[in-house]
Formats: sequence, C-alpha cells, structure tokens
Amino acid sequence: MSNKVLQMNHIMKIYPNGVVAVEDVTFELIKGEIHALLGENGAGKSTLMKVLFGIESPEQGQIILNDKETTVKSPQDAISKGIGMVHQHFMLVPSLTVAENIVLGVEPAKSKMFIDMDKAVEISKEIAKKYNFEIDVTSKVEELPVGIKQKVEILKALYRGADVLILDEPTAVLTPQETDELFIQLKKLKEKGHTIIFISHKLDEIKEICDRATIMRNGKSKGTHNVADISTTEMSRLMVGRDVVLSFDKKPIELKDTVMKVRNLTVKGSTGVLRVDDLSFDLKAGEIFGIAGVEGNGQGHLVEAITGLNKKYNGEILVFDEDIKKHSIKQIRESGMAHIPEDRMTLGCAKNMNILDNILSNQFDSKELSGKVMLKSKKIQERVNELIKEYLVKCKSSKQNVGMLSGGNIQKVVVAREFSTNPKIIIANQPTRGIDVGAASFIRQRIIEYRDAGCAVILISADLNEVFELSDRLAVMYKGKFAGVFKDVDSVTEIELGKYMLGIKHDDRLEGIIYEQ
Amino acid sequence: MNSNTKFNILRTLLSVGIALLISFILILLTSHEPVKAVVKLLTGPLESTRRFGNVIEAMIPLIFTGVGVSIMFSANQINLAGEGSFHIGGLVATVIALNTTLPAGISPIVCILLAGIAGSLVTAIPAVLKIKTESDILVSSLMMNYLILYFSNYILSYFIKDPSAGSVVSYAVPEMTQFSTIFAGTRIHIGLFIAIVVALLGYVFLYKTKLGYELRVTGENQDFARYSGINVLKITLISSLLGGFVIGLGGGVEILGMYSRFSWTSLLGYGWDAIIITTLAKKNPLYVPFAAFFLAYLRTGASIMSRSTDVATEIVIITQGLIILLVVAEQFLSKYKHKMIAKEAKATLGNVKEVE
Repeated sequence: MSNKVLQMNHIMKIYPNGVVAVEDVTFELIKGEIHALLGENGAGKSTLMKVLFGIESPEQGQIILNDKETTVKSPQDAISKGIGMVHQHFMLVPSLTVAENIVLGVEPAKSKMFIDMDKAVEISKEIAKKYNFEIDVTSKVEELPVGIKQKVEILKALYRGADVLILDEPTAVLTPQETDELFIQLKKLKEKGHTIIFISHKLDEIKEICDRATIMRNGKSKGTHNVADISTTEMSRLMVGRDVVLSFDKKPIELKDTVMKVRNLTVKGSTGVLRVDDLSFDLKAGEIFGIAGVEGNGQGHLVEAITGLNKKYNGEILVFDEDIKKHSIKQIRESGMAHIPEDRMTLGCAKNMNILDNILSNQFDSKELSGKVMLKSKKIQERVNELIKEYLVKCKSSKQNVGMLSGGNIQKVVVAREFSTNPKIIIANQPTRGIDVGAASFIRQRIIEYRDAGCAVILISADLNEVFELSDRLAVMYKGKFAGVFKDVDSVTEIELGKYMLGIKHDDRLEGIIYEQ
Repeated sequence: MNSNTKFNILRTLLSVGIALLISFILILLTSHEPVKAVVKLLTGPLESTRRFGNVIEAMIPLIFTGVGVSIMFSANQINLAGEGSFHIGGLVATVIALNTTLPAGISPIVCILLAGIAGSLVTAIPAVLKIKTESDILVSSLMMNYLILYFSNYILSYFIKDPSAGSVVSYAVPEMTQFSTIFAGTRIHIGLFIAIVVALLGYVFLYKTKLGYELRVTGENQDFARYSGINVLKITLISSLLGGFVIGLGGGVEILGMYSRFSWTSLLGYGWDAIIITTLAKKNPLYVPFAAFFLAYLRTGASIMSRSTDVATEIVIITQGLIILLVVAEQFLSKYKHKMIAKEAKATLGNVKEVE
C-alpha cells in the first residue's frame, strides 16, 4: 500500500450554465498531511471537492481511494468511504443540541422506534474528549458562537468515521482568535493520523499550518508544492498569474460637505429583535467609510434602511439634508445614491434576463436612453456595449443571460450599472465577496476612483484586508452598534480589530469621531 | 443563436411531436378507422375554404386571450381571471350595442373599447386584493370567473333576454354594429386584423417601451425591480389592467364578429386556452398568433375528425395536456441540454487563451 490516501486524475467538471469549473485537474493526498487547496474564488477548488464528496459528478476523470479506483455517487457514499466535509455554510440544525446534531442520521436507538438520547450525549462527550474539543454537547446549536459551530461540524464528520476531512474555507467566518484555536485542533487531528484538505486563499494561514499545497487557477492545477519550499509571493503569483496589487494608490483624503447624516437609527428585525441599535454617523464627500464586522451584526439592516429598502425604522436618515423616510427608492437613487447589494443574485440582478436588460434597470428612465414612452434601443445598445468594454465583462454579447456568467462577471455587471449613473453616494455592501481577484481588484480600484473624484462611499465588508486597504475611516459593528471607530486606519492592527469584532473591546466615546453634534 | 435558444425551440417542437404521437397511438388503439381519423385530424382543415376559415375564426379569440395572459404572466402575475374578462367583454359589448344608437362606424369601436375596460376591471380586482390584503391572486382570480359567469347570466336573463327566441339568448345586436366578413365563403371578420395589431402592439409594449421593460423586470425578479427603483405595486396593477383590457377586447370582438346574439351561459374556455398559448409562445406576444393558429388548427381538425369518424374531439384535449406537461417540465431533456452545453464549452476552451 502506498502512502497515497487519495488520487484524483484528470478530473473535468462542466456546470449546467456551461462554465468549465474544473478542467483536467490531478490531485493527490499523502496520509497524515494537511494539504492546502489554494486558489482564488472561482478557481475550481470547491467544485473539485464537491466532486470528491459526491455532490457533483465529473464529466471525466478517475478517483483512486486507498489504491482502489472508485466512484463517489453521493455525500452518503463519500461518508461511507471515510470522507468528511465541513462546508463553509454549516449544515447544522440550529434548534437541536450539539449531541443531536452529531448523531443526526446515525442515531443510537433505544428500541426500533426511539432514539437513545442519553447514549447520544454519551457518545458525543466521548468523541469530543477523544479529540480534545471542549464543547458542552447538551447546549443548543443556535446559541453557540460560529467557532464552536464549526467544531460541531468537524466532530460530526469524525463521528461518521472520516479519515479524509475536507474543510471549505474554515477560517472565513472566524475571528483571529478562533482561527488560532482551530489550527491547534487541526494539528492534533493530523497527529492522530487524519488527512486534511484545507481549502483557502489566505496565504499566511497556509504557511502556518499546511504541509503541501496544490494551487489552482481558472479550473486548472498549477502544481503541488511543499509549503516549506515555496514563498508566499510565489504562491500568490501562481494563484493569480500576476502580482496582486495589495495596496492601492489613493489620493490624500480631501473631505468635503456632509452628504449623509444618520441619527439614532434603530431597526428591528422581522422577529422583533433589535438589529440596529441607536446608531448615529456622518458621511462626507471624498471619504470611504469602512464598516467592518462579523456578518449578521446589523450591517444588512443598516444598508436596507439607508437605501430606502426598509422604511420601518426609528430615527433620522438625512441624505443631502433631506429626510428620506417619505422618499421612494427611485427618488433616493435619483438624488445620487448607488447601491451594490450584498447578495447579487437576489437583489442585484435578474438572472434570466440579458446583460443589457440588467444594466438598464436603474437608468431606463433617463433622458438619453428613453423618450416619454419608448426606449431608445440604439442608444441603450451603445451605452451597454461601452460599459461591457469599460468594465471588462467577459461575455459573448450583451444579449447573453446574466445567469450564464461567472460570479465575478455578474458582479461587474452590477457595479457597471450602479456606477454608470455618476453616483454621489455609493453604498457598497460586500462588493467583492466570492469573486476572483482580478475582478475584485478592478472593483476596488473603481471605488477608489470615485472616492478620489469626490464621491462618498460606505464600504461594508467582512474581508478585513479590503476594509484596511480602502477605508479612510473605519468602524466596527457589533450587535447593531459601533463598537469602535478609527479615524486613522493604519493605527489599528488586525488582532485589535478582531477584539472589537468579537465584542471583547468596546469604545463608548464615539461622538466627535463618528459624527458632529 | 446560442445553445439555450436552440434548445428551447427544439424542446417545444419535440414536445408537440411526442404529444401528437401519443395521440395517434390512442387513436390507433380505440378507433376502427385510425388512418382516416389521423388524416382527417391533420389535413381536414385544408379540405375546403370554409374549413380553413374555421381555423382562422377560432384563432382570433385565442390571440386576444393569449396576448392578454402573456402580458400578465410577463409580470409574473399568475392572474387566471382572463376567462371572466373575456366573458364580461362579450356581455358589455352586447349591452352597449343594444342600448346605444351611435353612427355605424363608431358603434363597434365604442362597444369593444368598453368591453376592454370591463375586462380590465375583472383582472384588476384580484390584483388590488393582492396589493391591499396580500390575498393569493391565483385563488381570488379563479373565483372571479364564477362571479362573472353568474352575474352575466343574471343580466342576460333579466335585462337583455329576447323572450321571443327559443332559448336563453339576448336580443339581436343591430346589423350595423356587427363586424362584416372579409373573405367570401368563410366567417372571417375584421377582428382578425385587430387581433394581429394587438399582438404586434403587445410585443412593442413589452419589449420596446419603458413600462413594458419595468413589467418584465418585475416579472423576472421582483426584489431586483424594487431595489432598482421600480414601483412594483404600480406595475402589478398595470399588468393586470392591460392584460384584462386586451382579453375583454377579445370578448367584444368575438360577439360582434361571430355571434349576432349574446348566448354565453357557461364559460367558453378561451382564458384557459390562453395559458397553453402563453406557454408555447414563451410569453412573447409576437409568437402568440402562431401558437393560436396551431391550437385552432388542432381543434378544427379534431372537430372534423369527430364528424367523419368514430374518434371524439376530446382526443386533442389529451394532446394539449401532454404538450403543456412536456413544455413546462424543466427537467425534460435536461441531460441532453447538459451534453449540448458541455460540448459547446469544450469547443470554446481551445479558443480562449489564458491571460497570464
């Protein structure tokens, strides 16, 4: 028996929308290693792993598991073959306890009909102890912080006998402190003989924890390297195919008039929970105001209120000194606000309409593009063609359906549309989430250009790098409030920011920095 | 043409083909003269001018209801009150024709316009209910049809019934208000031109005007429409008003073109047929006349078949059902579609050079 646990040879996967996600990729795992699968979003990492886990069936290729050729038909099949996967979005039942989640589907039975709950708790405790996971197995999953939920996911996979553990961007949702803890656990798992596939695009993490790394770009493998023998610069070069511009050229900040004033904004969620809690801030022309924070701390509700999507709020939102409470979304947009939404597929586009129709949605009413009744087809076509060129949207033509494009190109269509109306205020909510580095850097560059030209920008992002690179002023949102505000972005470290994001640190005196009385 | 469009056309044609084939098999199994029956079904309408005329006559109301439903479905308003709109259109046209004395050229125009307005009110009621009370438009629009039917029966029996006629029918509509036939030997009337114009206008409206664009965006993704600044509630109402107007117009045209008296004491089914047509035409009014022609041809053929052989007309209802099932079945031929797309993607792989 060789030391290779797994070989995937010449795998190809084409999605129903015609996207070739993985093209002739070969991938090997040695027993007991932590193997990084590295690549930008959309490089095909997740798809390759979905093939391994039986979620997607490949067009061609061969999977050899423990020296035997095999096919993985379904996740159940994968689990029975000793492969476990921890998804980026957890597959847990929130209302059940940790123990119930761990044994879900393979519950110990009391008689034929009933689940032996005591046994389940016992088993869960045992397995948590075995792997040194400190978890109260009787607590409900919905009450746990993200880091613990992830541990539950890992335990779930281990309980099902996973030798090969796939972790899909496990640190994406974790704070720096939680990440450290995860790494300790992973090293312990490695010592116990488990093989781990660590999907990521964070180079420093890979350096820290992985033995080998396979780098993917554009659906192809760019080779497997010993992590010790390859520099981060080299890895990033292989990953993107060009040196990533990590810092952007920004003009020195030149603050102009206040364009938006938010005072005592309070928003309740659909269940009556307080989502935005008495928030006040000013936004000035010429600045990028970054709002960092773990997702779900009220960022989405804040955006809904200031863009006019949700009118059920208390407090005051003034845009160019006008209260927007009575204004329609159209009026708010016409006053100069553009909005890059968090979820491009639900709010940002109509996937079954073509690129042209998608770009038109916020400007079909403009004098250049339409008359009183009719659309000016020729003018519209010209404008759309220009935008496709300017924003480097990869497509066959403007008549191609948006749903057929890659994530990065869909986002470019969204950004092209929002920026083409010459906005004065840009609300960018996770503007580069889940897209390739080329598109992300292009979009960030654009945001900076608009800021340099005197546009006011609110940038909400879970990507710390992004908020650090772009923001002139930075706030951390925690439980609907600003936990901290930094006028000088360079003065704060990532670790420091992590503390604010977790609610460990909290500043009370925000007045003056965040708004003027 | 990209692979998706190609695939859609192919799937529609194949669906029609398979449905016809199954119908033929059913005929073969049940009839003593299956060959004659199939021949009559397929070529019967071409045998005489009068019969081909029947196809065109049957096509006219289908175009109106097809265009109307296409407009509503484009806005994702699954409003099924078209049946009621058509019915009330016929009733209103009759009542106006009987009670006004307008000049010959103007009278039919006023009749069908008011028929259209009545039709638009019928489809608007479920839409308003939805906006105001969030009631399910599917259920309320469905119920509208029965409300209209019995309302119309009441008007017919108590206000416009001709007591001297042998059955429950209205007084005869004055000759000068009726549409004249345009082809000798048939009953094809001016309504044909109105229908074609309505289909063209429907297309221009949906694909070339601002309002039509807003309507389609709302239909494709309501959240996206709202986010973009489109007044979704306004669009919901407008699509229902317009769709109902076109259908009501059709009801008026049908009465003035094909009937001399209002005699509809049960729902005619054109509203339902419109759903078949909309499905075949992919919600595009430009394709509606073709889909309407197809359905009218099939119906006329079936009726000829049933008159000259032992096969009942109901056989084409089975055919229609099968077509709809196959056309709307997303997964039908999906494996083939995936292969086609994969092939295309592989072919373009060689052409795209990687940007290093």
